[in-house]
Formats: sequence, structure tokens, C-alpha cells
Amino acid sequence: MEVVSYMPGCTLKTSGRNFEKSAITLFDILGVTMEELDRWVCCGTTYSLSSDNIMNQLAPVRTLLRAKETGRRELLVLCSMCYNTLRRAQSLVLHDKEKRDKINEFMYREKTTFDGDEIRVVHLLNYLKDSVGFERVAKRVVKKPSDLKIALYYGCMLLRPHEVSVDESSEDPTIMEELFSLCGVTPVYFPFKTECCGSYQTVNQRDMVLSRAERIVGSAAKNGADMIVVSCPLCCHNLDSSQQRVADTVRGFRKIPVMYISQLLALLVGADDAGDYRLHSVDPRPVLKEKGLIG
Amino acid sequence: MIKSARLNSVGVFVCHCGINIASTVDIEEVKRQLAGYPGVEFVKDYQYMCSEPGQLLFKEACRSETVGGVVVASCSPRLHETTFRRAAAEAGMNPYRVEIANIREQCSWVHHDEKEKATIKAVDIIKSVIERSKRNESLSSVSIKTVKKVLVVGAGISGMQAALNIANSGIETYLLDREPSIGGRMAQLSETFPTLDCSQCILTPRMVEVGQNKRITLMTYSEVEEVSGYVGNFKVKVRRKAAYVDWDKCTGCGLCSEKCPKKVPSEFDRSLGRRKAIYSQFPQAVPNKTVIDRESCLYFKTGKCRLCVEACPLGAIDFEQEDRIEEIEVGAIVVATGYDLYEKEKIEEYRIGYCEDVIDGLAFERLLSSSGPTQGRVLRPSDGTVPKEVVFIQCVGSRDPDHHLPYCSRICCMYTAKHAMLYKHRVPDGQPYVFYMDIRSGGKNYEEFVQRTIEEERVLYIRGRVARLYRDGKKVVVVGADTISGKKIEIRADMVVLAMAMRPSGGIGELSKKLKIQVDQNGFLSEAHPKLRPVETLTRGVFLAGCAQAPKDITDTVSQAGAAASMVLELLSNEELTHSPTTAWVDEELCAGCGQCVAQCAYGAIELDTRRKKAHVNDILCQGCGACVAACPSAAVNQRNFSISQYYSMIESIV
Repeated sequence: MEVVSYMPGCTLKTSGRNFEKSAITLFDILGVTMEELDRWVCCGTTYSLSSDNIMNQLAPVRTLLRAKETGRRELLVLCSMCYNTLRRAQSLVLHDKEKRDKINEFMYREKTTFDGDEIRVVHLLNYLKDSVGFERVAKRVVKKPSDLKIALYYGCMLLRPHEVSVDESSEDPTIMEELFSLCGVTPVYFPFKTECCGSYQTVNQRDMVLSRAERIVGSAAKNGADMIVVSCPLCCHNLDSSQQRVADTVRGFRKIPVMYISQLLALLVGADDAGDYRLHSVDPRPVLKEKGLIG
Repeated sequence: MIKSARLNSVGVFVCHCGINIASTVDIEEVKRQLAGYPGVEFVKDYQYMCSEPGQLLFKEACRSETVGGVVVASCSPRLHETTFRRAAAEAGMNPYRVEIANIREQCSWVHHDEKEKATIKAVDIIKSVIERSKRNESLSSVSIKTVKKVLVVGAGISGMQAALNIANSGIETYLLDREPSIGGRMAQLSETFPTLDCSQCILTPRMVEVGQNKRITLMTYSEVEEVSGYVGNFKVKVRRKAAYVDWDKCTGCGLCSEKCPKKVPSEFDRSLGRRKAIYSQFPQAVPNKTVIDRESCLYFKTGKCRLCVEACPLGAIDFEQEDRIEEIEVGAIVVATGYDLYEKEKIEEYRIGYCEDVIDGLAFERLLSSSGPTQGRVLRPSDGTVPKEVVFIQCVGSRDPDHHLPYCSRICCMYTAKHAMLYKHRVPDGQPYVFYMDIRSGGKNYEEFVQRTIEEERVLYIRGRVARLYRDGKKVVVVGADTISGKKIEIRADMVVLAMAMRPSGGIGELSKKLKIQVDQNGFLSEAHPKLRPVETLTRGVFLAGCAQAPKDITDTVSQAGAAASMVLELLSNEELTHSPTTAWVDEELCAGCGQCVAQCAYGAIELDTRRKKAHVNDILCQGCGACVAACPSAAVNQRNFSISQYYSMIESIV
């Protein structure tokens, strides 16, 4: 049994727990054990862009130190936001010696230092592609929902800046299309796959986020998607929970369930359910039943 | 005959250069210090040595026969070395015994606020050159016979123009192109800016002229295989590709193409139209001959079909034909290989919007062309309807050093204005939009043309970039920014035309290696000097014309081709080529055949005899730069009148 160190992040323990739970089920079926880090801390939720704000780098670096202590070279991350923050913090420590020294001096109570090259931060998609292999995932697929059409949504955090992108192209990524096509599910034409969901503006500019959701979900619906698949809890929130409000005001708006990558993959490889459906605003069960993914 | 005892004696002339030198360097002090220097016979000074009285003074002293060599302390040798060497020759002195000591650019101009130090430095510079001069040999220039024939590679408008100019001056010219017909890119264009002349109407008479010129030998459907030799005496192996049609028999009647059952996208029509597997490039092709595209031909694939054989009344089809290698000898080569467009697949942010109705500028030319796939009607490639909203995007791939190409492709502003204008002429109720960064319309009547497009044709120009294209039903949505109003803009277009960046045509890298000429960081061929030698390469005898050197429009291409032709004519106007004898030579006793000098030579002048393990310098190609001398680990390479021992004596005199 392969073992991989894993950092869940806060959301995956709360509103995004379907993401974590389904990933564990999926990995179990694939023969990989996800071993959660001891004492991981919040990633900081956004990577600090002010160059002198080193304090904000401490949280992700401490988590990377925990990963280093496991003795493994990789750290698996599911949440797009955590992935982006950890990956960029790791890159900063690796490439900026002055900041690296400052950070390590500040953490003088830690048993060891973090130099940036000890740990590779790997997103779920890259782990499945490079360590497990998409072919191996595809071989495990037991349910073949022939006519299930999905819209694959990347958002921003998996792709930008380009240095941390999970795909060679951050403008026109295709890694998810590659994975799901191999698993027998048809991705629809979805030009809004990298469009911003509005992110944290959901707190203070709710209307803006609603209009984003209307466009993004509307495009998926127009192109015939039965479901939108995401990798980010914030995208999930913005696209899923906004739909009722949009439907109330926009005539003819068709609601579409939003699911995490691992939820759909877990079902395809034989999991009985995709977690707690009460966490979804748009209930995915009717679609999943219709396509034969749940009983 | 100069007595050998005097060969070590030197005369020195110090030029004031008005106040350029004299106001900084103390001329009297220089003269005083040099007067007793070993070997110096006399020191003279004058206001302007390059002036006629100065030259007279110089010649007079050379004639007096008291010295073996002279040193002129003046400006850079780049300016007046030739002047003084010529004067010395007239006075009966070997010109290679004249040396220049540069005390202007390298002394007075850069030290004008430190006069005393400048004077000391001037003396040092002159002393070092005196030492060099004492050890100079009398040399005579190298000469070689030339082959009075020329090869022009690439038969687009630039190659055709150069070939015509050269051939019309009485010199045999080979005109080579890898395509079956001459004509190049210009044959694909519809109308030309800023006059809206029909491109084919002005091109085809030239093509016919080339085809009928008795001094031009066409070598189409051919590629340069190997180049050896040097200026005046190149040997070129040309691969004549198998057309599978006997061109001596073929009359270009086209019966074979009519019968051919296999249709494939036409490269000439940028895949908007189709051609047959046996085809002639376009109706006005010169030579008007057909070729079989082996990849698509049913007979080559399945062994069956042969309908063209039945159709041809002259029995010209020959499936057994093979590539032939033909060897030619020429004195000079003009490279005019033209351009390709940057691939639109590389523009990731537009890719998701790509469909048949998103095309590049050359494809739009084919749509506008009366000989194109739509006979000049602007129709959507996807469904043949007339597009009512067309978006033109400029600078796609150009001027984007972070992601694509750093340079400006130069012609896109103009041809986009032309596209928008011609679209408006063809579809009066349509709306063209142009997204631009800024308009670069430098050229005679160019700005006026753009203004006419904007003001009279009512084309909507939007200053800003397009961020994304995507398909929505039958439309292509163009998402961009209008940086003047600061607003985000979305246009639901029926068609999008991308002004793709220009890049050198494919295969230029290999060709440049065969010709031993340089390419720049963007793959364009490098000229010898960006201002003063724009059509020469560093390899003597190889010249440049057209877009192979840099993006340019037809006007500039034709001008440059004419310039290249005149350089060729100048080169071949003499029975013999002469060349400065201050070249490098190899001491075979010391040469170990390591080849480091070969790698350093930018001019391809050194060859390594691998059997004897000795390097050999070609006197004609060597430009006397000295790179090989510095590179040789065993000091086997020396340069005439610039030997290593001369260097040492120069250094010793000043330290």
C-alpha cells in the first residue's frame, strides 16, 4: 500500500468535508493511503502579495515543516486555495535566500529548518496523473454513465501564476478533460472553465458573485452539462449556493449540481455515495440516480 | 627597392583633426617625446592629414624613401586607413606598411577633461603602433577568379526582383524555390496597400517576365542540399524533388487534376479551399506544371487508381520518378526565403474559441482574392453565409516578449486596415472592428490610408487587447478591453481575423547552416551591419533580400532585392576578386588539428583537413578578425601584419 502525506486545510474539515471524505474513499480503492499531517495549520487562505509581509508566510511554511518531518518528499493537497498558497510559499523559500533565513530565524524553536527543496507540493490532479497514472484510475472505473455530461471548472487557483499551474497551459488547461475522458465521462465545451468565480467578493459584493455564477453556470447549462466539477471549496460555494438566488431572479435559469473532482471519481470507481448531500445547495442526487451512479 | 636596413625605420604623422585631437592632446609634447624613439626617422604634424594638402605632405614623405613604414596618428582606421594606404601606394610604398594609431576615438574624445593624461596615452598608443609597424611585412592583395553566375534562393517577389535585376544585367541566374511555382506569398494576396492594386495583376507580369527571361533558369520544386566553396566560386548541390510528372512533357493542361479523385485542403488557399492530389499551385503558376503530392495520392497509398495516367494525353505521369541532385557553380548567392505566419495554436487564450470562422490574415487574403476559394466574396468558412460582424485583432503573437515574439511584424497595421476596408467594400452593411495596440503606419501614403479606413469607411478601431475568444452557437464571442473608455468589451462576431506575427519561413535554420550565415535571436537572417551593410551577410558572396532578413512590406522587399542585386553585380563586375592580405594563416608544424579555430570563425573561412589533422584558412573568406588567433591553444594561427610577436612588442612598448 502506497502512503502519501496529506494536508486537508480548514474547509475540508467543515463545509468541504465531502471533498476529503470522497478522496479518502477514492484513494482507498486505488490502493493509496492518505496520511494526514500532525499539527497542520491553516494555510492562510490567500498567498500574501506584499513582499515584506513575511509573517503571512509562516503558516504555510510551518505546515511544510510538518511535512518534512514525515520524511516523505511529497505533500498531497486537495483544496485549490491551500495548494496555491503552499506551493507559492515553498517556491518563495526556495528562491529567496534572505526571506528564507528570516523565516527560519523566526521559527528558532522548530527542530529543523525549511529550505524549500525538501517537499514537493502536489495537487490531487497531478498526483493522480504522475504518481497513480490516469490509466490506472481509468482501469478501476466500474460505473459507466454513458450519457453523463460534465462541465470541468478550474477557476484561478489551480492555474495562476503560471509557475504553479497544474497544467502546462494556464489559459487553456485540459488535465481534467484528459482524466474524465479516460474514465468514460464526456466533458462538454465549456469556455468559462477558467473564468473567476468572484472568490472572496462573495462576502462584500454578493451581487457581483451572483452575476458571475449566472454566467458560468449558465454557460455550462447552455452547453448541455448535467453537472459542474470543481476542485476548490470557494468556487464550489460560489457556484453552488448562488444558484437558488439566481434562479429566483433570472427566468429560465437551469440549476446544475456542483461536485468535487473526487466525489465524481469515487462514484465512478465504485463508491456507494458521494458524501453528505445536505452540504449541496443544488441536490446532485436526481442527476446521479438518473445516470446510474447511485442507487 | 627599399634597403632592408631601412625597413625597421618609421615615419610618424600626427593629425590635429582641427581641434578634435589638438585641443586635448598636446601635439608638440607628443612630437618631442617621439623624436628620439628608436626607429623613428621623422615626426610631422598637420591640421587635417586627410585633407588634400595633408595627403600631399604624406605622399611626399613616403616618396623620400627614408623609411620602411609610416604611422598616421589620427582617427579610427575604419575611417581613413584606406585613404592613407591608397596614397602610400601612389607614392610607391607598399600600402600594408601604413598603420593608423587611433588617438581620436580612443583618446582625445574620451579624455577631454584630462589633457595631461590624454597626451601620455596618445604617446603610448603611437609607440605601440610604431613597434607593430617596424615588424610589418610588405603584402600584396589576394585575388581570385569568379564564376559569373548567381543563385537566388526563394522565388517570391524579392527573389524574382533580384533575379530579374541580375539577369537583365547580363548574368546567368538560377532561381530556386521549394514550391512548384514561383510567386511566393504575394501570389496569395488579394489587393495591396495603400493603393489597392490587385496583387496578382501586378505580380503575374513579373512572373511571366521571369519565366521568359533567357538568362534565368528556374529551379522550382527544389531545395538547397549542400553548399561548398566560397565567394566567387560556390558549388551548390540542388535537390530537384520528384514531381512524378515529366515536366518536359507536361503542358499544364490540368486534365489530370480534373480526373484525380482525391481532394485535400489546399495549402495555397490556407485550407479554405481544396486541391487534388495531382495539382498545379494556382492558375497563373510559372512554370505551369503539375506535381503529385505523394502523401495524398491514392496510387502511392494503395497501388490502385492511375486515373491521371489515363487522363494525360502526353504520357507525362511518371510514378517511378526520383529526386535528382543537380550541381551548379555560382559566384554569389541571394537568400530570399520569405516568411511564414506564427501558428495560431500557440495563442492559448484564444484557443477555446477556435473554429472554422477564426482565421489568420493570409486566409482572409484568400477569401478576398478573386481567384480564391470564394471568388472574392467574403463568406464564413463554416456555413458560407456573409459575416455581418467581423473582428480583426492586430499584434497576435507580435510584441509579446513574455509569451511569444518580441518584435513588431511591421505589416499587420497596414494589412488589417486594408482587410477592414475591403470587407466594408464587399459587405457594405457589415461592421468591422479592429483591436489594436497602436497604429504603426510609417510609409508613403500609409497613414492617409489608415485614416481613410477609420473616417470614410467607418471601421471601428478599438484600442486594447483581446483577452479571450469563445464559441457561442454560431458566433465567436470576442472578449477584450477598450483602454480608451476603460470598459470591458464583448463582441458577438461572425468571423474573427487574426493578424498573426510574421516569422522566418520554415527550414531557414538548416539553410543558414549550409550557407554558413548567421541568424538572429528570432531566427531571421543577420545582415552584416544594420545600417550600412543591410543586404550583405558576414559570409562574403551571400546576400539577403526580403522577409528572410526581417518583416517588411512589398515596397521595402522590392527595394532591398534591388539593393542585393546591385551588391551582387558590384561583386561580379570584376574579372577577379581582390581581398585584403591581412588574413590568418596556420603554421602546420604547430597545428594539432583540434578545430577550435573552426568553431570560432564567424565567416566559415577555416576548414579542418580531418585526414591530415591540420586547419587551413581560406584567404578569400578570412576577414582578418583574429578570433582564431586568440582561440588557438598552441599558437599555430597567426595573422599577417598582426602576428602574436607584434602584439607582444606593442604591449612591451607601453608597459
